[in-house]
Amino acid sequence: MDPMMPPPVRRIALDRDPFIAPPKPIANGAAPTAVAARPRAVRAPAPIVRERMAVESVWLAYGENWVVRDVSLPVRQGEVLAMIGASGSGKTTLLRSLNRLTEVTAGAARAGRISLDGNDIHELEVNTLRRRVTMVFQQPNPFPMSIFDNVAYALAERPGRGGRRRRRSAKIESAVNDALQRAGLYDEVASDLDRSALRLSGGQQQRLCIARALAAEPEVLLLDEPCSALDPISTAIIEDLIVQLRESVAVVIVTHNLQQAFRVADHVAFMHLGELIEYGSSEQVFDRPKRDRTREYISGAFG
Amino acid sequence: MATGQLAPSPPPGLSIARTGREGTGSWPLVDRIAFWLCWITGIGLCVTAVAIVLFMMVKGISYLHLDMLVRSPAPSAIQSQSGGILDPIVGTLIVAAIGTAIAAPIGVALAAWLSEYRRPAWLAHAVESAIEIIAGAPSVVLALFGLLIFSQGFLGFLSQTAANGAVYGRSFIAAGVVMAVLALPLIVGSVREALEQLPDRLREASYALGRTRATTIRRVLLPSIRPSIATGTVLGMGRIIGDTAIIRILLGVSLTNQGVGHLPILGALRGTGSTLTSYVYENSPAGEGNAPQKAYAAAFLLLVLVLALNGLVTWLTNAGAGERRGPRTAFRLLRFSGAQE
Amino acid sequence: MTAGRIDRRVELTLGALAVAVLAMIAAMTATVIAKGWPSFSHNGLSWFGPGGDVDTQLRAMQEAKALPGHSLYYFRAWPLIWGTLVTTLAAVLIALVISTLAAIFLTEFAPPAMRRTLDPVIRLLAGVPSVIYGLIGILAIAPWINQHLLSNSRKASVSIVVQLNGANLTTATLILIVMILPIMVAISANALAAVPPAWREGSVALGVNRWRTIWRVSLRTARPAIIAATILATARALGEAVMLGMVSGGRGFAANPLDGITFLFEPVRPLAATIFQNSDGLTIPVLAHTIYAIGAVLLVSAAMLSLAGWAAKRQLGRYGIRA
Repeated sequence: MDPMMPPPVRRIALDRDPFIAPPKPIANGAAPTAVAARPRAVRAPAPIVRERMAVESVWLAYGENWVVRDVSLPVRQGEVLAMIGASGSGKTTLLRSLNRLTEVTAGAARAGRISLDGNDIHELEVNTLRRRVTMVFQQPNPFPMSIFDNVAYALAERPGRGGRRRRRSAKIESAVNDALQRAGLYDEVASDLDRSALRLSGGQQQRLCIARALAAEPEVLLLDEPCSALDPISTAIIEDLIVQLRESVAVVIVTHNLQQAFRVADHVAFMHLGELIEYGSSEQVFDRPKRDRTREYISGAFG
Repeated sequence: MATGQLAPSPPPGLSIARTGREGTGSWPLVDRIAFWLCWITGIGLCVTAVAIVLFMMVKGISYLHLDMLVRSPAPSAIQSQSGGILDPIVGTLIVAAIGTAIAAPIGVALAAWLSEYRRPAWLAHAVESAIEIIAGAPSVVLALFGLLIFSQGFLGFLSQTAANGAVYGRSFIAAGVVMAVLALPLIVGSVREALEQLPDRLREASYALGRTRATTIRRVLLPSIRPSIATGTVLGMGRIIGDTAIIRILLGVSLTNQGVGHLPILGALRGTGSTLTSYVYENSPAGEGNAPQKAYAAAFLLLVLVLALNGLVTWLTNAGAGERRGPRTAFRLLRFSGAQE
Repeated sequence: MTAGRIDRRVELTLGALAVAVLAMIAAMTATVIAKGWPSFSHNGLSWFGPGGDVDTQLRAMQEAKALPGHSLYYFRAWPLIWGTLVTTLAAVLIALVISTLAAIFLTEFAPPAMRRTLDPVIRLLAGVPSVIYGLIGILAIAPWINQHLLSNSRKASVSIVVQLNGANLTTATLILIVMILPIMVAISANALAAVPPAWREGSVALGVNRWRTIWRVSLRTARPAIIAATILATARALGEAVMLGMVSGGRGFAANPLDGITFLFEPVRPLAATIFQNSDGLTIPVLAHTIYAIGAVLLVSAAMLSLAGWAAKRQLGRYGIRA
């Protein structure tokens, strides 16, 4: 091989029916749900799909640098929306603007309209909005408290639940258990909810963060590369979870991992350098991308 | 779409909103009260600090005349008109010099031992506890102990001996030695911190070349942390010049420096005198009390000295090339520099 | 000489130095307690109790004339202990609240420019010698309090027992608060700034407002550091002799809380200040024993506090917070 020749471009083979090996049983005895073993084609579509949030001609900037340019997207309950793109494409910024987390940075600017159930989110009270649209971050960040306190954290703040910490009130306790069930963590931690959350494994911590986000009973769940710091087994469990959750919450997931997007998403939005290049159902975007840029990204020409 | 055609900015006419930090309008009342309390205490702290510094500066500048810096305190019926503060200045310098001269080598050696050798383990823990105890001990108590030691007969050469054989026990030497004990924890803390932050590869490289641990410390480690040694020494100096209790107990309450005996330097060191701190105390209403103006002048000079040493520490900390400065170092610096007597 | 032998000798020398330092401190503790022992042995446990006027007792020792019915060593330190307790505890508790609020202000709410200027200011305040605080107190603050807060009627109401002036409990506590604030603020602010941003962001993203986030996450994480700072500040307040000697009132009087508001204006003299103000009397044997006894009490208390603070500091690494 001539050392001066550039290495060949790798093409990622995309099968129509990727087979995901069922995850092996976890050592501590909790068995993962079986859904992850099903190939994609068999997954039933969610019964009801209704629009929850609408992103309309949104521009976002940090300082003078416009990182999101004129993007419009719908966010629907009953489906998973995956935002894919290379680093710097603005997908994380757009995600964070959905719950106004971009405002934490001084000097951020925005134009356009984002609405939740028809109401402009910038006219809602910010903390109320963030309880209806919750976020899970890339690195699991459980608070230095017990598992119970972590999940109940947002609950104690909800107006009408008494404010003061009456953590063992039946209402909060059942809400916590409920959230842990939905996050698929209940069986593993039910024995001792007062354990420090920092002693859980990485995958468990991330599921705890998901439970914490779910405890507030949000309408939209935002996930910022939730599995990038996790091992494949935990990843499979969480992807599984995401697919199950889409019936009750609208899910938006940002991911670098194309295969993950393929596995979990119903609709895919491909962004590049701040612009929305393509938006469509996942079958369409992955199999018959309309734009050359999309095709290049999916086949691995850059990224 | 080709790469070169991205729109650089939104079209004119589109309204752009810049964001600020989260407003408190929507918070519950309790939270808003807390927010305003925080602001009030913050501003209050600022105002207090500025008030103290400004007050001292105003008083000091109005009462400190340059000729006072070179004249000795003179006995006079109208204390406020005559005499200078040369003796207290000299006294402060002497005590600081003796104190740091003794404390620095011992402190560095102790820190090196604690960081590099640490055997036997019980001794290392005991020494660490002992240093913590000194750091927290009131300086009056250290002074009492010093007086006890220096009043012993065999140490009479370090101070005066009265006619009936009783050793006076008070002198510059005595004060300086006890001041060294006062400054020791600061030096040990600073040097030890720096040694522990040095990467192991420095030590490994030296051992790999066949050097002993002693040589490594002397030739490799200590030169790398020179700024920290300097910082610790300056911090110690700052603590020394700010202390009054040890001076009053171990140096007496005279306003001028009086030597003992005939030898020029040893005589002065064996004698008693004053430092800026004891001078301020004596001239305030708590002491002799008849020259508050002199007290203000000396206090201003003292404050300027402390400011200068503070600035030196800041400069040394920032100029510490190649050393990581984390929150831990700042903690230590402040933890020790805060206990002044 | 081989390299190994040199190393061994250096190690032994340094070890001997360490032993010497340790021995010196042990000797210090032992001798101070020993020199004060006669005072304890003559008075027993009631050394700590109430019983007469401290100043009278000290003067009796100075003049070598025993008080009627008592030995020359008769001493009841309760007024001094009470004065120490009141000033130290009041100052530390108030400073704890103020310093926590100020630290939160510094790390969370202050504009960056203000934060940058406040840092060196706080460090400067921490280094101001106590005699300067005492000077400001005795020349500026005490007279102001005497003029504006102390009415003549109040002075007259207790004039048979004690003279009220600007040097009193309140002045002493106020200045003590200002003295211990900088170090507490600095340590607390450091600890708050070291809280991992991921936790703060996670809390904000859950719809919890900034203050509640600070209260429930940041303060909780910084709690060990705040406790360590408080212990340190208590040790400092305990050992403060000079400033308190200048402004706390010069009389070993047990301020009486039953006096109501007047309680705030009564003179006190904490333990360390007593030593400082009676240091001329160290040549007189009985008085010297008594002073050393007071010193022993101070030393033991300060030592226990220091060790407690050191233990608290070592726990700071629990969540990886390096402070």
